[in-house]
Amino acid sequence: MTATLEPSFLRQVAAPQLPTPRGPLSGAVVDALRGGPLRAVDVAGAAPYGDDLQLALHCCYELHYRGFAGVDAEREWDPELLGLRRDLERVFLAALRADVEPGDDVPAEVDALLVEPVGPGVRGVSHHLQREGTLAQLREYVAHRSIYHLKEADPQAWAIPRLSGAAKAGLVTVEHDEYGSGRPERMHALLFAEMMTELGLSDAYGAYVEHVPGETLAEVNLMSLCGLHRSLRGASVGQFAMVELTSSPGSERLVRGMRRLGCGPAAIRFYDEHVEADAVHEQVVRRGVLAPLLEAEPELAADVVFGIRASLFLGERLGERLLGCWDRGETSLRMPLAVDHP
Amino acid sequence: MPEPGPTRVLLTEEGPALIAGPVELELPDGTRVRSDRAVTAVCHCRRSRRYPICDASHRRKVRQEGPDA
Repeated sequence: MTATLEPSFLRQVAAPQLPTPRGPLSGAVVDALRGGPLRAVDVAGAAPYGDDLQLALHCCYELHYRGFAGVDAEREWDPELLGLRRDLERVFLAALRADVEPGDDVPAEVDALLVEPVGPGVRGVSHHLQREGTLAQLREYVAHRSIYHLKEADPQAWAIPRLSGAAKAGLVTVEHDEYGSGRPERMHALLFAEMMTELGLSDAYGAYVEHVPGETLAEVNLMSLCGLHRSLRGASVGQFAMVELTSSPGSERLVRGMRRLGCGPAAIRFYDEHVEADAVHEQVVRRGVLAPLLEAEPELAADVVFGIRASLFLGERLGERLLGCWDRGETSLRMPLAVDHP
Repeated sequence: MPEPGPTRVLLTEEGPALIAGPVELELPDGTRVRSDRAVTAVCHCRRSRRYPICDASHRRKVRQEGPDA
């Protein structure tokens, strides 16, 4: 690892360029952000998980995070854009509600997540990368994940003021750890950026938005959707719980895959850290967040289950895209990756 | 941040002991392992590959055979 006192990623504040539109919806949002009028678009007929709608939503949400180069930060609260965002969200949310079986038994849901499938019949991206994935496929995986991990923990931070008492304190305990427990050099987003650099990828925020398909954007859009709506705070906690409860074994598989591929310590450190961190986070999320939340607001149980199942559903769609493309010997990205040191 | 009062240790049913605050663990051979997390999960089942730190290896596993099995 290149040991600098202050990694350049921590000074990085530049906003990304607006992406290339992928259809009428994202075209309308991007053109409006470039300064033109917001065109009327047919949202109701759009494919809810398609590239166009998901990129349009991504652009609307990014105004609440890093923004875009040359776009006035005040556009975050442009009522016309917010109105379109609401219409896009309704299509996305309605599709998820239809595709995800409802439930309200959170303990059963959690128990199911804590059972670890093992053996040769398990199909999963981390299993593939552990056993036989190539370095090129690992790089692709990291590019997909960069859309979230370069702002790791940010979408869930929206939920903090929407929770109360013990559940709020518990969520902050986990978030604090994600942000490095007061030590910027330990921020998970930085560890991810260092892994990207080590793998020859760009660690610039948003550098791979053009590369990733709607499946990738949808996963992160779900996080922003649930974080930004107080009415979906239960789903936000459910989504967060799903990640924290399942990521420790997956991270261990990625560590093994990266060792097999001969990756350096700076590359391995991110997933290595998550094996231990998420073994703790699992416990804190169950005992310190889910339990007190459901005690205080038992009516949120169905939304917690929705958040868990919706994020599993979108995660499986993305996993299928990756494995399907790799089975066919194709890239899972929309365009090939440029690698610094192949 | 040290907690007021004694250190709180939560012994979980299925897995690790949860200890609040940074801890230093000393192993029988004298090795010391330091954890700076707000909460540290100390392995209690001895299955952790990162003993004494929990790595979720206590989880129940369900074997799935391949398509040819």
